[in-house]
Amino acid sequence: MASGTTSLPVRSSFGQTSRTDAWWLQPLVVAVFLLLAVIYLTWGAIQGEFYTFGNYLSPLYSPELFGDTPHALFGPRPGIWPSWLPWSPAFLILWAPGGFRVTCYYYRGAGYKALWLDPPNCAVGEPRGTYLGERSLPLILMNVHRFFLYFALLFVVILTYDSWRALWFLDPVTGQETFGLGVGTLVIALNAFLLGAYALSCHSLRHLVGGGLDVLFDKPVRRTALACVGCLNKRHMLFAWMSLVWVCFTDLYVRMLSMGIWTDWRIF
Amino acid sequence: MATAKFKIWRGDASGGEFKEYETELTEGMVVLDAVHQVQAEQAHDLAVRWNCKAGKCGSCSAEVNGQPKLLCMTRLGDLNTDEPITIEPIKAFPLMKDLVTDVSWNYEVKKRIRPFKPRAPDFEDGSWKMHQSDVDRVQEFRKCIECFLCQDVCHVLREHHMHDDFIGPRYLVYNAALEMHPLDTEDRREDLRKSQGIGLCNITKCCTKVCPESITITDNAIIPLKERVVDQAYDPLRKLVQLVTGRGK
Repeated sequence: MASGTTSLPVRSSFGQTSRTDAWWLQPLVVAVFLLLAVIYLTWGAIQGEFYTFGNYLSPLYSPELFGDTPHALFGPRPGIWPSWLPWSPAFLILWAPGGFRVTCYYYRGAGYKALWLDPPNCAVGEPRGTYLGERSLPLILMNVHRFFLYFALLFVVILTYDSWRALWFLDPVTGQETFGLGVGTLVIALNAFLLGAYALSCHSLRHLVGGGLDVLFDKPVRRTALACVGCLNKRHMLFAWMSLVWVCFTDLYVRMLSMGIWTDWRIF
Repeated sequence: MATAKFKIWRGDASGGEFKEYETELTEGMVVLDAVHQVQAEQAHDLAVRWNCKAGKCGSCSAEVNGQPKLLCMTRLGDLNTDEPITIEPIKAFPLMKDLVTDVSWNYEVKKRIRPFKPRAPDFEDGSWKMHQSDVDRVQEFRKCIECFLCQDVCHVLREHHMHDDFIGPRYLVYNAALEMHPLDTEDRREDLRKSQGIGLCNITKCCTKVCPESITITDNAIIPLKERVVDQAYDPLRKLVQLVTGRGK
């Protein structure tokens, strides 16, 4: 469609730019942190042990559908699970929060830049000449984000329940559960809060609560919901990172307690 | 008096090179002032497009030190004048001469977008009733000055030259202004998905970063349009609900 006598400038080669700032720094930091998080979470999920400590349950394993701890909802590992396949209770559930993050609009943009270098940063040459975008397989599947959102909202409820459970400690003398607060309770509760903030600031949720409508003045509930989600949405990137870092730390905290390396301080 | 060096692109579609100029700096000077000074004193045939010098006409778009900028809104005080400042034309459109590019492709794209189609008037005098809160959302998009810096920085156009498949961030914003308008009844989602290539946007937010009017292009225009396209093409659950309830478009 470009007209007439002139032609488009030639494509830049990889990394070619006239930018004089450290344009490589931001994607490098993002790539390092994303890869560290993926490596830790994968490692944590594969372990299949040291994921509970008393009333504390690691968020990587919550809900524990099948497993060997008192947190398991439906008993031990199902017999139909192939013996040759590695087992971890996390395998049954992590696809949902994982899918929510992979298809998240923020992580998509950040990942395309930092991991796929498409582009490495704004106004910087790319390594590949071809480009398909999100209109064909496999990346067209990113459009399923809202379905992962439904699961993520369910996980927020489950993790909130875990926070409540983390307030009830088993007294070894009486065998009764008593109300209390440990540092682990705060760690687990903050994880639920941050995942909640991340899910409630989601672009798809903003659309679903009212953003998809053109006329909202006669729908006060949806108008208010849109305003609230829209307000949170401005900090979606912040919540995405905070919740990612904190879910890793929460698993690490419970794991260290479970392994007897760290001691949980009881506040009361 | 202090001076600064400028490396300005000189040439046309057949080729060119950076040429270095040194000129005096004065307080409050913007890059366009420096270019005009060079033009007046040293390079009378230097081509630069400009008009308002107030950041409202969108004419003087170029790249300053590799960053898409309006020349008239880029203060030299904000740049490192110890090093030569690079000024070159925007990259997503054909070069005509020096800093001037042919942006006519954009006007052709605009013609292809389905125009505003209001519902029937609410009153006999042909007027409508709208609530301010419903209009507020699209007001942001009307700030666009069509400088095409967002088109320039978009890698789909800039690096991949997919002008036949993708309309670019500017026209996604234009679509959003129409599509989200409380009076509009047109459905542009099929066009967005197919001929206008919204799926080619991979949400890198470069367009938002360069917008001189601070329009939140990605979050407030492109992603909401992508979600509307999902409604129409990729959400069977929604289709089922609509089928059962008979509500929604």
